[in-house]
Amino acid sequence: MTKKLYLDYSATTPVKKEVLDAMIPYFTEVFGNPSSIHKFGRDAKAIVASSREKIANLINSRADEVYFTGGGSESDNWAIKGVMRANKKKGNHIITTKIEHHAVLHTCDYLYREGYEITYLDVDEYGMISLEDLENAITDKTVLISIMFINNEVGTMEPIKEIGNIARKHGVIFHTDAVQALGNVKIDVDDFNIDLLSMSSHKIYGPKGIGALYIRKGIKIHNLIEGGAQEKKRRAGTENVAGIVGFAKAAEIAGENLDAHIEKLVYLRERLVKGIMDNIDYVKYNGHPTKRHPGNVNVCFEFIEGESLLLSLDLVGIAGSSGSACTSGSLDPSHVLLALGLTHEIAHGSLRLTIGDFTTEEDVDYVIKELQPIVHRLRIMSPLYDKVIKGGK
Amino acid sequence: MYTNTVMDHFTNPRNVGEIENADGMGEVGNVKCGDIMRMYLKIEGDIIVDVKFKTFGCGSAVASSSISTELIKGKTIKEALALTNREVITALGGLPPVKVHCSVLAEQAIKAAILDYANKNNLVFEELAGFNPDELDHEH
Repeated sequence: MTKKLYLDYSATTPVKKEVLDAMIPYFTEVFGNPSSIHKFGRDAKAIVASSREKIANLINSRADEVYFTGGGSESDNWAIKGVMRANKKKGNHIITTKIEHHAVLHTCDYLYREGYEITYLDVDEYGMISLEDLENAITDKTVLISIMFINNEVGTMEPIKEIGNIARKHGVIFHTDAVQALGNVKIDVDDFNIDLLSMSSHKIYGPKGIGALYIRKGIKIHNLIEGGAQEKKRRAGTENVAGIVGFAKAAEIAGENLDAHIEKLVYLRERLVKGIMDNIDYVKYNGHPTKRHPGNVNVCFEFIEGESLLLSLDLVGIAGSSGSACTSGSLDPSHVLLALGLTHEIAHGSLRLTIGDFTTEEDVDYVIKELQPIVHRLRIMSPLYDKVIKGGK
Repeated sequence: MYTNTVMDHFTNPRNVGEIENADGMGEVGNVKCGDIMRMYLKIEGDIIVDVKFKTFGCGSAVASSSISTELIKGKTIKEALALTNREVITALGGLPPVKVHCSVLAEQAIKAAILDYANKNNLVFEELAGFNPDELDHEH
């Protein structure tokens, strides 16, 4: 196998060279602990402060509203647990959706076991929530709405600004998991009335193990991690200075190139979708046709199973992902695809290909060329396809 | 995740297809779980002279089907009925724990095909006592 084609940018992205170059001195030269009073420490503290500003710029927030975390999952956990515990007097009700990332769903499950009430909103066939359902779900006990900006599997972009408006109107705190959105769409926490926003570095060509949570000034929130006085006593632990520098550099690059990045991804995405739909039958394109992540393609190939498809693609050098049960080790296929109303039968054949900065037209055309014979080979083996070609469907 | 043998059988599955007028045909699994395995048998005397399969499922399901056909081809019905999922796993050089159900499915598909053969020919195999493919509890 000579080809190595990465189309799993929603899982993680490679660290850009400029990002790595920016990080390296902070392992060996400026290695001080930002909490130390000496020059080594002060230098490290200064770069953390300027890095915070760069990340704030990408979401149009104030720098002192950005708190560094260990990643997107920690940010989600902190936002939800922290807000609910700090606002017990107001109520115990959270509104979220059925298609959230497990970092949100499992956190809500955890709080449910502690006695909190959770409403899981349905989504339509495109993965979009109903604003009417959202507003109807709000009670006088509702403290928090947690709805993701962009779905990580099917790429659907939720109506964030409208959700923010509803939350503000009812005096409810609004958190959004923006891990897939950061660097891929314009984010403005003020314009969208977002109170808390989760971010992750490794989805925007930065290093893994570093993320951030935007917390609007005035929002009451308990700490998730106790210890030292870092992050204004809100998130203990010695700062991951090199990681923070890398995250900030990645954010800076993302902000500078956002429009061109989106334009390129949308072009390649549409080319890939057209190539798949024109060449292969019995395919379902999942997610919203237009309101979606610029680089996300999620399709289900009927009569075949997703893991077989992934393995076959890997053998020709193409790395994608699947929401099939067999890749997750559970009985059911992706909770997101089922929430969209797909049958188990179709949902098992899902494939997610996510395009990024290093994807080319040639890559997209290679995938289109390789996919068709792979799908055909697996279908020839499938007793479900057998029924179709014999007229049983 | 998978052994070289599993990948070999997934990439180059043996005995894919169907047998026209098969002497026995069995299908197990269900769409909801994401695995369906269908086996066709050609039997002469009490020897399985040909076997083919069609499988909807993951790499492990395809590999389990493929190697099972090799393990029972040319064997007597009694020998085929004695095949266990552990032997399928061993022949594949191992399966991840979460994929063991695929080997169980292969064992059951063979039994289902032989049961079909037995029913068509008014034969009784004591190894199939109580075996009903329609009532299998197929779980991962």
